[in-house]
Amino acid sequence: MIDALTVALGVTALLLAAWCGFAAYRDQPTKDWHFIGMAVVALLAIVQLGIGVVRLAGGADPQQGVAIFVAYLIGSALAVPVAAFMSLTERTRWGSATVSAAAVVLAVLEVRLYDIWGGVGG
Amino acid sequence: MAGKTEAEAEADARTGLGQGPGRLLVLLYGVFTVAAASRSIYQLIAQYQEAPLAYILSAVSAVVYAFITVSLVRGGEGARRAAMVCCAAELVGVLTVGTWTLADPSAFPDQTVWSDYGMGYLFIPIFLPVTGLLWLRKARRG
Repeated sequence: MIDALTVALGVTALLLAAWCGFAAYRDQPTKDWHFIGMAVVALLAIVQLGIGVVRLAGGADPQQGVAIFVAYLIGSALAVPVAAFMSLTERTRWGSATVSAAAVVLAVLEVRLYDIWGGVGG
Repeated sequence: MAGKTEAEAEADARTGLGQGPGRLLVLLYGVFTVAAASRSIYQLIAQYQEAPLAYILSAVSAVVYAFITVSLVRGGEGARRAAMVCCAAELVGVLTVGTWTLADPSAFPDQTVWSDYGMGYLFIPIFLPVTGLLWLRKARRG
């Protein structure tokens, strides 16, 4: 359950990174459609945080420790919303580049989360 | 009236560091502040004895990153100069720790953010101070 969501988040984060990176390349700021994309990815990350906390409460034991797992969950839930606000006040291509960079960071966090949780079958 | 426009121009220059390309730098420095700080806090509390040198260096890098992030957001000539000094210190730190970890791996049983020139972090730690210095130099016109 959580593995599938982690993979889905990693893929959608990379798609968002490519999309906003393309906007930056074309010298465009983030637009409404980009923000809808960010909302989808952010929502997935928040759902992941929720499921992760529920699983922990249910007695699950991440391979590399609970504290690190929770820290990465919170980090991945915050990454895209923070970048979205930063791009709201930066109406240039650099706002798009910022969101793109944050989405790459999120994808990296998902890879780490996968390891921390304990890989396949967790 | 003239004084007011001057003040406005100064206000623009003050906020200029975190705008445009600077916005991207604020995000990256922010991410590295959180990454280095949370990592070092956790490791200093949970496993200090294992690799004290590595964890203390992580804590130092977290402070440097935090200071640069705040300087970029605040802006102004003083903050710009301070950030330049910190970026230079950061670059020296990455190069020193990177070389140190390769020359004497036994001193580092565990990784720091700056180990092997930041390899565990996609080498971003070594590109970040260079980009930062270039941007801060360019932002001087404010």
